[in-house]
Order: sequence, then structure tokens, then C-alpha cells
Amino acid sequence: MTKELEALFWELKMDLLNAIILLLNYIFVPALSYGSQLALGAIFVSLIYGILRFAYFTAGDLMSFGTMFTILFTWYFQSLGIGLGFLPTALIAIPFGIIVTIFYVLLKDKLVFSYYRTKKSPPVMLAMVSIGTMFVTQAIVRIIIGPFDRRFFDGEKFIIKANEFKEMTGLNEGLAIKSTQVITLFVTIIVVSILFWFLNKTKTGKSMRAYSDNEDLALLSGIDPKKVVMTTWVIAAILATIGGALYGLDKSFKPFTYFNNMLPIFAAAIVGGIGNPFGAFLGGYVIAFSEILLTYAYKKFFIYLLPENLEPEGLLQLLSTDYKFAVSFSILVVVLLFRPSGIFKGKVL
Amino acid sequence: MRNNLDIIAAYSIMLGLIILVGFLQSWSIALSILCLCLISAVMTIGANIQWGYAGLINFGIMGYTALGGLAAVLVSAPPVEEAWRAGGLNILLCAFIIFSMIFIIRLIIKKFSKLKNRNYIIAAIIIVGLILLRLISAPAIESIEAVNPATTGFLGGMGLPIIFSWIVGAFFAGGLAYVIGKIALGLRADYLAIATLLISEIVIAVIKHEDWLSRGVKNVIGLKRPVPYEIDLQGKEWFINLVQKFHQGSLNLISDNLEKQQALKQLVIESSTVFVKLCFAGLFTAVVIVLLIITQKALYSPWGRMMRAIRDNEEAANAMGKNVVKQHLLIFVLGSAIVGIAGAMLVTYDGLFTPGSYRPMRYTFLIWVMVIVGGSGNNFGAILGGFAVWFLWIEAAPIALFLINFFTSGLEETNALKVHLIDSIPYFRFLMMGVGLLLIMRYKPKGILPEKIKRV
Repeated sequence: MTKELEALFWELKMDLLNAIILLLNYIFVPALSYGSQLALGAIFVSLIYGILRFAYFTAGDLMSFGTMFTILFTWYFQSLGIGLGFLPTALIAIPFGIIVTIFYVLLKDKLVFSYYRTKKSPPVMLAMVSIGTMFVTQAIVRIIIGPFDRRFFDGEKFIIKANEFKEMTGLNEGLAIKSTQVITLFVTIIVVSILFWFLNKTKTGKSMRAYSDNEDLALLSGIDPKKVVMTTWVIAAILATIGGALYGLDKSFKPFTYFNNMLPIFAAAIVGGIGNPFGAFLGGYVIAFSEILLTYAYKKFFIYLLPENLEPEGLLQLLSTDYKFAVSFSILVVVLLFRPSGIFKGKVL
Repeated sequence: MRNNLDIIAAYSIMLGLIILVGFLQSWSIALSILCLCLISAVMTIGANIQWGYAGLINFGIMGYTALGGLAAVLVSAPPVEEAWRAGGLNILLCAFIIFSMIFIIRLIIKKFSKLKNRNYIIAAIIIVGLILLRLISAPAIESIEAVNPATTGFLGGMGLPIIFSWIVGAFFAGGLAYVIGKIALGLRADYLAIATLLISEIVIAVIKHEDWLSRGVKNVIGLKRPVPYEIDLQGKEWFINLVQKFHQGSLNLISDNLEKQQALKQLVIESSTVFVKLCFAGLFTAVVIVLLIITQKALYSPWGRMMRAIRDNEEAANAMGKNVVKQHLLIFVLGSAIVGIAGAMLVTYDGLFTPGSYRPMRYTFLIWVMVIVGGSGNNFGAILGGFAVWFLWIEAAPIALFLINFFTSGLEETNALKVHLIDSIPYFRFLMMGVGLLLIMRYKPKGILPEKIKRV
């Protein structure tokens, strides 16, 4: 009697574990890495909105610009035979990509944006101008590297393979963790902690927050606006390149996809409260998780959890995967309507 | 007359450029550029009403264009009776449920505004409604899409002449704009821009993936034209005579009779495409002129003055007793409806509906470049912007080729840089658009033909 009961418990436990692993594998891990990539983008969009006070429509293309140079340097290092062994070569290329991107944004600021800033043009004007730079950036990327899909990942692809995991644990469901996902998470944590340390503890960071809070008061207390603006652009370039390169490593690099990523990035920034980098950081995960949670087919999950005679017939998918983008945009619209300052109270840096 | 000299000059230059293309490349290309210029002009009129008259940013132009296109399909495609039998009833039932849901929710919001747990009731209604919709529509959609999926697999349209869709498209787009305006118009300018951009992406996602309605990415082809087909024209007696008369001079030079017949046949084939495009251009010009007259009248009417007052100082206009919210909504709907007309015209011209081709770059941002380059607040300017930018967009490739050859003339033909540059010619159009937009915004922020305000 006890043996039978034990066997039943064992089976139940296995089912529960299988169900959890299933969710981990298909929802949690992918959403976490996608969310990190969005978060990096959303933070810099939010920063630019808070300090320079306009919607930066070049966001997606700036990311593709940085990624393009990372790829070019990766190829260069690969041709020289420099590599990191099991880690992707792109990791050494990222700093060089960042430097080029910093030069590019500073040049753009000098040639284009500074004029409107000194003239105190309305934010709408600056947003339009950023559409002009979006066209130019897109053209540069496409002329240099072309519009095609490119993969530049090298090194070890998986940290845990699905089969190995199954063998190791004896479960039915495998858990596959790609090395890019771990790298993404790791890099995001480091970059974001440095950024928040910078914003909260250093003098420049504090002056940036003051400038975002109240421009006139900040100028009155002797904060150099040029320095604040320059630092913002440098941070934007760093975050854009890292976020873009991580996305490209995880999936692939295609200029059009990057342009499209601008939309969920904006959604993340606004959902988190635009002008509030920490909100934007969390907003990235909110968007990523809701996109994947709402479009995942839960059939298998419930097969594990429910007794056999209750097994579901349909796919149990709330929305078809085609509506992935639509999910994040609908969340955005709802947030805009009911809480325009975002979930985490925006516009206070 | 003297006041309008710049307008006349700008338009003559534009027309001259198109004629030049006719002489240098071919009349067929020149006319298709002209047709698309005219369609772009309709779009810019719509965008200009919103931005130039009222200062509203609408980055959802792509969505309204696609809705106009959908209207063209729903009006002109022949109905698929089998699909209607398979699931038409359920779809109608779904539509009824949606309408009753909206009605009930409106009723609750209006009548029971003091109810404590009102929001929970509304949420419950929405959730129950969605589950009902899902249960009713899922089998219907499946059976509709199973009806001959290679050629139909959707409900089809009404089989009416496609010209009607221009009006229907306007109503579709206007209806959507009403809903969006109701929710989003209270937002700040740049929030509104982002919200409309994202909503238009949702519209495209729906059109792309609801196969029962629009065939989705499988495209709808072979929509009936409002103008004659080339093949029919080539067989018509009067058309051949017309071509003969038109080319009398060059035909007379050929002495051999057989050769003359051959040449005539060739000419008839060529002229038939030109004739068809001329018909299209005539129709589109009529639309543009009608819209231009209406918008021009509106701009200089008391209503237009009120709109400008609202644009320039919302608070003051409000203080003067003008209902800013209502006027904003009105102009949002009107402008979007005009864009919807353009969307239907575009599908009419192409004869096919391809939801996959609606991209924000081409249908939203390019239109904005047109409005800003041309001159916001001035209808003539907006139309000119549509012409000039579309012309540049198409002719960017030949211009870029010429420039590359000019600047790299010192290099060899096989030089890697030169080959790479020539391979990436199509992307120079983005560069030209971007640089053009930046230059105009910097040195002529009011556009080529700036807004003129008549003093009464």
C-alpha cells in the first residue's frame, strides 16, 4: 500500500518538475534574455528622453550601427586569429564598436542636435530631426554591411544541452541554456549596476539627475549642460552597442529587425515610466515576459499537471505568436491610458 | 498672381522633371511615377490637415493606408459563397457580440457612473465576451480558411466596382481614427506619435494574420480595375486607329508594308500601357483636385482660422470658448479618412493587396518627410512635397549611380570599393531622404512652400 502511494507521489512530483522545466525552458529563460536586451535599449531611450527631452526615433538604428561595427571588428579579429576560446569573439570587439558609436553620436549631436538645443526648439521638432538621422543611420548601415541576415556567433553554443539535461535528471523535459543567454544576463547585470552606481553616486551622475529634474535650477547651481548632454550621448552609445550586440549574438543581425525593435523598446521605456531608467529597465522585462507568456501554447504544460482524463484538446494559446508585437503595444496603450506616467512614475530621473 | 509665383514655378519644375523622365527613360515610367506622386499627394494632404492645420502628430499613416487597401479588397473582390456558408453566420454573430459588448460597456459608463465596482463589472464583461468570441469564431475561421485555400480561403468582398472602395476606405480609416482619437488624443505630442505608431503596427498585425478577412500574407491578387485592360485595348479598332494617327509621321517613313504592320503592333502594345496609366493619372488627378479645393476652402474658412488658433495657442483658443478636444478629434478623423482614400487608390492602382508590404518606413516616415519638406500648413506645399520626395525616392538610384561613377571615376572598374558602392545603390535613397530632411529642417524649417496666412 505504502509502496503504491509512494510511486504515485513520485509520478506526481515528476510531472510537476517536468511542467516547471517546460516553463523554464520555453518561457523564463528566453524571456529573461530578450527582456535584458530590450531593457538596455529602453534605458538609453529613457535617459535621452529625460535629459535631452525628446523621443529618440533613431534608437533601433543606433543599436544596429553599434552592432555593425562590433561585427566588423569581430571579423577582423577572427582573420587575425584572435579569439576567446569558448566565449564569442564579439566580446572583445564590443569595446571597439562602442568607441566608433560614441564618435558617431557625438558627431551627430554636434552637426544636428546641438543647433536645435541651443535654439530651444519644441520636443516635436527634435523628434522629427531624429527621424532624419534615422534615415541616415539606416542608409549608412545598409551601405556598409548590407541588409542581409548575419550571424557572428562563435565559440561554445550551449551551456546545458537539452539531451544532457534529460540524461542528468531523468526528466522528460529538457532544459537548454544557450551561452548567449547567460552572457546576456551577466553583461546586463554588470552594465546596469555600473550605470545605476554612476547615476546615484558620482558627481556627474547626480548632476545628470538634477538636470533632468529641473533644467533651470540645475543651470543655476552651476551644472555644465554641455557635459551632461555629452555624458548622456556616451551612455546611450555604450548601451546601444552592448544591447544590439547581445541581441545579434543571441538571434542574428538584420538591420530591418533592429529598426522594428525600436517599437518594443519604446513600449518598455514608456511602460516603465519614460525618463526613469530604473523603470525602463524593469519595463523591458515586463514587455518581454508578457509577449512570451501570452503567446505560448500551454497544452503540454497542462498535460503534465492535469489528470489524464482532463487533458486539454486545443493548444491553449491565448494569442497566436503572430501577435507577439501586438501584445506589447496593447500593454503600452493600456498603460498610456490609465497611468500615463508609467508603472514606475516616470519623468523623475 | 504674383503671390503665387513660387507655387507656379515649383510645380512647373516638378512637371518638367517628370516630362524629362518621359523623354530620357520612358513614358511608362514617367506616368507610373506621376500616378504614385498623385497618391502620395493625397496622403500628404491628409497628414498635412492633421499636422499643418492642427499640430497633431499622427505616425499611424501606415495603418490607415492599409485599412484603405482592405476596403478595396472588401468592396471589389468577388464574394466566396462557399466560405460564407461555412462560417459566415458565426462571423456575423461575433460582430453582433462585439457591438453589444461596446454598447453595454458604454451604457455602464454613462448611466452607472456612481457604481463602486464598476471597473470590475466592465472587466468581467470584456473577459466573458472574449471567451465567447473565441469559442464562436475559432471553428468558423478554421472552416472558412479551409475553403479552397490556394485561391480563396477568405470571405471575399462584395464584388462591387473598386471605385466605391475609395469612399469606403475613407470611412474605415475615419472610423479607426475616431476610436484611436477617443483614447489617445489626450496624450502629449510625442506620446501621441509613439502611440499612433504602435497602434498602426497592431492594425497591420491584424490584417496580416486574420486570413479569413484579408487572406493575410497570401495576398489578394487580380482586383478589378476601373480602367480598361491593356489586352482589351490592343484588340480595339478605335485604339489602333488612334495610335496610327498619333504616330503617322514615324510610320510613314517605313516603306515596307509588313514592317509597317510590325512597327504598328509594337506601338500599340507600348501605347496601351501608357494609355492605361494615363487613365489612372486622370482619375487620381481628379481626386487630388477635388480634395485640394475642399481643403483650401476649409483652410481659409472661419473653421480653418479656428484650427490655426488652436494649433498656435491651445489655452487661448480654449479660453475663447472653442472646444479644443472636439476639434482635435474631428480633424484627426478627417485627415485619417483622406489617408484611407489614398490607401484604397494605391490598391486600385496595383490591382493587388499585399499586407506584408506595409512598412512604417515607406508608409509613415516617408509621408512625414513629404509633408515637412513640402511645407506644412500649406496644401500646395504638401502636395509638392509628395511629388518631389516620391520623385527623388524613385530616381535616387540613377542619381546615386551617376554620383558614384563621377566620384570614383579615378578607380578601376573592378575596384572593391566601387563594386561595393554600386551594389548598395538602392540604399542611397535612405541617405538622400535623411540628408534632405535634415537640411530642410535646418535651413528652411517651414518647407519649400511655407504656410501663407491671408489677412482678411
